[in-house]
Amino acid sequence: MSFKRLWAMLHARNLEFFRDRSALGWNFLFPFLIVAGFGIIFGGKDYSEYKVGVFPSQSEIVSMKDIDLPSGFKETRFIKFIGFVSFEDGAERLKHHKIDFLVKAGSPSHEYWVSGTSPKGYIVEKLFKASLFPENKNIAEKMEVRGKEIRYIDWLFPGILAMNMMFSALWGVGYVVVRYRKTGVLKRLNATPLTAFEYLSAQILSRIFILMFTLAAVWIGCSLFFSFKVEGSYFDLFLIFLTGSICLSAYGLVIAARGTSEEFTSGVVNFITWPMMFLSEVWFSLEGSPRWVKLIAKLFPLTHMLSAVRKVMNDGARLADVTPELAVLIFMTAISIAVGAALFSWNK
Amino acid sequence: MNYLLEIKNLVKKYKEVVAVDDISFSIRQGICFGLIGPNGAGKTTTIEMVEDIIPPTSGEILYKGKPRSSLFKQEVGIQFQQTTLLSSLTLRETLNTFKNLYNDPADIEEIIDICNLRDIQKRLNDRISGGQKQRLMLALAMINKPELLFLDEPSTGLDPQARRNLWSIVQKIKERGNTIILTTHYMEEAQRLCDEIAIMDNGRIIAEGTPDQLIKEHCKGVTVILPRNSIKIPLSSLPFRFREINGRIEIRTNDINSCLNTLLSENADLTEMIVRSPNLENVFLNLTGKQLRE
Ligand SMILES: Nc1ncnc2c1ncn2[C@@H]1O[C@H](COP(=O)(O)OP(=O)(O)O)[C@@H](O)[C@H]1O
Ligand SMILES: [Mg+2]
Repeated sequence: MSFKRLWAMLHARNLEFFRDRSALGWNFLFPFLIVAGFGIIFGGKDYSEYKVGVFPSQSEIVSMKDIDLPSGFKETRFIKFIGFVSFEDGAERLKHHKIDFLVKAGSPSHEYWVSGTSPKGYIVEKLFKASLFPENKNIAEKMEVRGKEIRYIDWLFPGILAMNMMFSALWGVGYVVVRYRKTGVLKRLNATPLTAFEYLSAQILSRIFILMFTLAAVWIGCSLFFSFKVEGSYFDLFLIFLTGSICLSAYGLVIAARGTSEEFTSGVVNFITWPMMFLSEVWFSLEGSPRWVKLIAKLFPLTHMLSAVRKVMNDGARLADVTPELAVLIFMTAISIAVGAALFSWNK
Repeated sequence: MNYLLEIKNLVKKYKEVVAVDDISFSIRQGICFGLIGPNGAGKTTTIEMVEDIIPPTSGEILYKGKPRSSLFKQEVGIQFQQTTLLSSLTLRETLNTFKNLYNDPADIEEIIDICNLRDIQKRLNDRISGGQKQRLMLALAMINKPELLFLDEPSTGLDPQARRNLWSIVQKIKERGNTIILTTHYMEEAQRLCDEIAIMDNGRIIAEGTPDQLIKEHCKGVTVILPRNSIKIPLSSLPFRFREINGRIEIRTNDINSCLNTLLSENADLTEMIVRSPNLENVFLNLTGKQLRE
């Protein structure tokens, strides 16, 4: 083990990364654009809306004053009304689930259409029917949720940063090393005293540095435009992200261990990253999903990292509160490094 | 005798082919040893087993009389037939990176001068010509002041001028006393650079020796070439074996004196006569019945 050799490879890899301007720009821009995009779309509002088509209406934007619908229904929050000229137009959208519910304005018999398989349609139907009866007060007692509300953007933001980290780690370690094996860069390095351990450590360290650098840059960039609430400590967040980036880079190492086909490797990376992206609660919670889905999700480092990050950021947890997550991440890192190093080959 | 490298009964089998088929040879300190043969002969496979890049199927490789240790890679320099380098580094940064991988590296300025890289040292690795790239590869192979230098087809794909340029660099390296193992399918290259040669075909060594020995042993005599019209008598009455090619007569003879006497006595015009001594190309042809390059 020579630190001089490790440092030489680390330095070369970093030079390479920061020289590739287009890839570099994309690395920072991509997560920023996603956060910005969602910030604008949701603008702090709740993201779940019911869309109800109304006909006949001359314009798509329905004037609530003029439209003849039961007033209780019109005033329901989280319903967006969309106007259609004719029944056919509306029915077409309903069929394709572009809207959840279709209703005829000014109809004495309150005619409506709904898709029998749409859960959202079913809810709106209940709301609609309820609005036709006189206000039935005092049947249920309304209670307020105590504590501060967590805005969706505060929940989503760390998810997007973590997801970006995951893509960057798997592609940046896994794919890049396979490409070097294919082109013969690894073979040339194998002709020197450099050991596999030194080489792989350099790749991982350089990637961790890049991941944390990107994280900081994107965080600062995004906070210029949006305000994020961080309940816990920034230092704890930093430690969790660091542990996560080590774990994800080590995952990349396993992918990097063998193979010379870039196509095959990109298939493998996609096969891992896509389920990880959807099942690690980056975009939506797995609350209420089948047990096996939750079990699969537990295999992904991203799930544990994100769970810890959100506890700190949204709920103000301390490092001690997220020890289980950190322990799992460290365990996964150790396994990945052992497997990756055992499988590693310089040659084609 | 004291050998730097001893290769004994080396074999490499792939699924379909036996790439290297039980070969043995030894290399003395300070010489340039050439492995010569056509494409697919097994040169690269052999040299890469000796370099400790690919594992042999069987056989023994001794460096300084012992199996290769972890020091081996500190002491040898390797130029592969093809390599790609980290693309967004400059030549100088690449040399520096590789320099830092060794315990006792060479002076980088000296290497840059030897390999004529001074003018292009600030260029990116993927923005240089084929000849420049081969010189960079040679520089990288030299970066650790190697006792033993491996060059796999160093001049393949270069134009004649770049090739001559490379030869003069290798010549300079030779003069410094380094031991060199070189593979090539250019006989001229082998003849010019190598002190000892092993000729390979189909994974086997079919002849071994100094270039002069090989030629003496396998190609007796010389070739005399004359324009067809410089011979006045009917060709059929010539008392030697000959071939007629493109309006020229080629006579192979083991006794140049009597051949010339005969021609003179028949009043042949010798003004445009060419006498060609055999080269390694002819050795290979005689040994295998085929040309080195198709
Ligand atoms: N990795 C490999 N797998 C299968 N066959 C190989 C491999 N490498 C080389 N060969 C075969 O071994 C033979 C010798 O190849 P090589 O050593 O590259 O020849 P040379 O360098 O003399 O041109 C060839 O027939 C080649 O096809
Ligand atoms: Mg070859």
